[in-house]
Amino acid sequence: MEDKVRIGVYICHCGANIADTVDIQQVVDFAKGLDSVVVAREYKFMCSDPGQNMIKEDIKQLGLNRAVVASCSPLMHEPTFRRAVQEAGINPYLFEMANIREHCSWVTEDHEKATEKAKRLVSAAVKRVYYHQPLEIREIPVNPNTLIVGGGIAGIQAALEIADSEHKVYLVERDPSIGGHMIQFDKTFPTLDCSACILTPKMTAVGAHPYIELMTYSEVEEISGFIGNFKARIRKKARFVDESKCTSCGVCQEKCPWKADSEFDLGLSKRKAIYTPFAQAVPNIPVIDKEYCAYFLKGTCRACEKFCEVGAIDFEQVDQVIEVDIGNIIITTGYDAFDPTPITQYGYGRFDNVVTGLEFERICNAVGPTSGKIVLKDSSEPKSIAIIHCVGSRDENYHEYCSRVCCMYALKYSHLIKERTDAEVYQMYIDMRCFGKGYEEFYKRLSEEGVTFIRGKVAEVTDRAINEDEKGKLIVCGEDTLLGTTMRVPVDMVILCIALEARSDAKEVAKLFSISQGADGFFIERHPKLDPVATMTDGIFVAGCCQGPKDIPDTVAQASAAATRVLALISKGKVEMEAATAVIDEEKCSGCQICNLLCPYSAISFIEDKEVSRVNEALCKGCGTCAAACPSGAITHKHFTTEEIMAEIEGVLA
Amino acid sequence: MVVQTVSPSPETLDFMKEVGGEKFELCYQCGLCTGTCPWNRVRSFMLRKLIHQAQLGLVDFEDEDLWTCVGCKACVDRCPRGVEVVDIMRDLRRVIVEAGVGKVPDSLRLVAKNFAAVGNPLGEPRETRPDWAKDLGVKTYTKGTEILYFPCCIQTYDPSIQRVARAAANILNKADVDFGILGAEVSCCGESIRKSGSESVFQSLARNNIEAFTKAGVNKIVVTSPHCYHTFMQEYPELGGNFEVIHLSQYLNELINEGRLKFTKELNKKVTYQDSCCLGRYAGMYDEPRQTLKSIPGLELLEMWEYRENSLCCGGCAGRLWMETKKGERFSDLRLEQALETGASILAVACPYCMLNFEDSVLTSDKGDVIEIRDIAELVQEVI
Repeated sequence: MEDKVRIGVYICHCGANIADTVDIQQVVDFAKGLDSVVVAREYKFMCSDPGQNMIKEDIKQLGLNRAVVASCSPLMHEPTFRRAVQEAGINPYLFEMANIREHCSWVTEDHEKATEKAKRLVSAAVKRVYYHQPLEIREIPVNPNTLIVGGGIAGIQAALEIADSEHKVYLVERDPSIGGHMIQFDKTFPTLDCSACILTPKMTAVGAHPYIELMTYSEVEEISGFIGNFKARIRKKARFVDESKCTSCGVCQEKCPWKADSEFDLGLSKRKAIYTPFAQAVPNIPVIDKEYCAYFLKGTCRACEKFCEVGAIDFEQVDQVIEVDIGNIIITTGYDAFDPTPITQYGYGRFDNVVTGLEFERICNAVGPTSGKIVLKDSSEPKSIAIIHCVGSRDENYHEYCSRVCCMYALKYSHLIKERTDAEVYQMYIDMRCFGKGYEEFYKRLSEEGVTFIRGKVAEVTDRAINEDEKGKLIVCGEDTLLGTTMRVPVDMVILCIALEARSDAKEVAKLFSISQGADGFFIERHPKLDPVATMTDGIFVAGCCQGPKDIPDTVAQASAAATRVLALISKGKVEMEAATAVIDEEKCSGCQICNLLCPYSAISFIEDKEVSRVNEALCKGCGTCAAACPSGAITHKHFTTEEIMAEIEGVLA
Repeated sequence: MVVQTVSPSPETLDFMKEVGGEKFELCYQCGLCTGTCPWNRVRSFMLRKLIHQAQLGLVDFEDEDLWTCVGCKACVDRCPRGVEVVDIMRDLRRVIVEAGVGKVPDSLRLVAKNFAAVGNPLGEPRETRPDWAKDLGVKTYTKGTEILYFPCCIQTYDPSIQRVARAAANILNKADVDFGILGAEVSCCGESIRKSGSESVFQSLARNNIEAFTKAGVNKIVVTSPHCYHTFMQEYPELGGNFEVIHLSQYLNELINEGRLKFTKELNKKVTYQDSCCLGRYAGMYDEPRQTLKSIPGLELLEMWEYRENSLCCGGCAGRLWMETKKGERFSDLRLEQALETGASILAVACPYCMLNFEDSVLTSDKGDVIEIRDIAELVQEVI
């Protein structure tokens, strides 16, 4: 050891967060008595400037060469204090943090036990920091290419922002076209812009952008690497149409005799076996659906091929697997619409004229299944429509959370109905949540348009009439909670405001990208308030509804935020790499290669001529797996040496 | 605050919080319960308002509506906030019974007395409990017997319903099941009196049974009442009584699948089935009784328009069986109409309370020649 070890210990009150439970003075006095501790102090907020200055001053005045801060989780403030000690002239790794908040004051109300535990955690940190060695932080370059997964409005927005700054984007979309849910909407609230009118220019821009490589009908299969240096393996599914030849003339779709339910119109209309999902699709290149194509099913037909003048149909096409190198990833995989079938009392699937909100969007749309006419299944115009809120949302039997958009789209439907029909409109709501800019004003506007608002969660939709007025109608039953009476409202059509839920395969996506899901299935951001688009994996960001239900303005804002985060990293051009990596003592290494197999980052290679393994420090993330597994004890995990860990354990047990 | 506490005693409110816990605090007043509650088909019952009164401590304990809930659990199953409405109603009744702040309906008081005196709601002597099985060659349960068959009090004592217990015993005999019964030493399971607010009566009935079962060495109990099923399964464990409990319809499927019970005849009838709330919504057992019925040769099972999770209660749960329900307000009358609509000639039940209520409805509506009420056990007995 160089000079004599001189440690400073700093106990934080964290306002009342720690000080209300832990006897700070006792811990300070205790710390003062520990070996090599030169000074121990307490302060209200150690993370504040005066707190940090206190440490810096001590380092200079008292010649400290190690520091321990007992405060919160290192997640937030370890970088703060490392920077502080570095500014005072000591290596940032000669610092240790003891978590006496999350691990101590927040988990008990017992003052005595909390104080005792705080002492032990401080003792462990002091013993550990004694053995800390200075480490050098390395920098590696950031690949300026970005992968964006999901081509809805979030992915489109993020892709354009990044590509406009002349950095390459790979935009991967599972479906044959980009556009996501937004392109299915008729109008957007509260401005009532035509959804397609504001989205298609952006879609076209994506399709034509020199810096965007659009891969539709494609899925990411594997991700490896780390921030700044990821590698993605992408499967481009066979379209059976040669993109370089197709002129988007549409003849193939006209001539194809085979039909299937249109996914885009939610089964309310048909599409052909060779199809583009909708007229403005980007790219406007059809795909052949093998499930319905007679050639694939029976070996005959090939009508599309016969009529294609440019010979773009290619039945022999196979999936392509493409590997790309990228520095950052933005995940914008969106949401699924809740299926209300399990709520049997609402009759979805049983009654023709009970439809979901998303289906109603298509019904309203000029190019939808009814050419924009709001009509019942029998093509007659409804005289009354009930809109049921919170179907699958705010309901612990399905999703406990509020889906945030339903109140507003319900109001939008009311307006569209009033605009296009003479129907009475009933809004059956629990609470109207109109929180965004211009939203309350929209609510007021709809009140003026003569919509009836009934406060009460609908209990049942039935076709069992009990009087003449109800015959042939759907009767919406429940309580009007403001009147305190039960009600039966006979209507012709019922619209269910269905919840937004996490994608059914969100779990697999989370695993693929090493990010986490919350209990509700949505991806978790790094910090709910202060880091809303980053994830716990560096270099991977989330935006839009895959992170939680949100409306278009919030989605676009988040997508722009994620793009900005990526651009910041590209602009900096380098990332700091963890210094706490593993090193192999080649003298001790037996060449068994257990570590090579275990390393999740493929950071260890085998040096054939020397018959030893070696760690590539640029790839090593410091996870410690190899060090724990090495049978010869040849691997040292810097900053987690056996000496340091044993000292820490001794400290806790002391 | 301009509103005033109707029951001003703070002790009462404290007691309410103590027995009711925080169950009602979760409610966000959406009114789904009121809209779901079958009472509102026949008269007004503002369940949501009652919960809100409980939230504010403004419950009127003299209000007759506190005795209205039939405990069918339809509202609980749909409630978006997981408010245990049935438990809340039970707890409010408990406040009335134990704190004496309101009037207990006379009929309930009488039943409670019977429970306390002889351990059954009908006031029949303890000694005659096993008499229903006198001529059936049924043995008394002793240690080592595989199964205790436990018929409900109504199936034990009511001469017109005893046929269900007898059918069950005949089936078990026919399938060569090693079973026995207990007599004077056991009492009613206590389900209805607990939901009627007499917690102490329930506790003593339950403890008595747990002791009797334990003493006799009982492990496995077959029941023919969903009320016994629920109580033994869900409520006895908290008092230390842990037994394997099987409803007869489950057991019948087991016997049929194992080939121990063979059908020799056909029953060429159209049958509809009443989901007992205690079996369906309380225990999620919708398929088993239907499976038993469907396995009967010749039988055609028809469903009423409300069935399974959305089934309509007969009106007999939560102590309502012992209380008078006005003509025109009886759920079993409404339900019988639904059954008749299916064209079935048999309304099959798996619960003695359903049976009592429906037999009454058949009688008062004079439909005895169109439809009959039969327990699943009786139907199975006919074809073996």
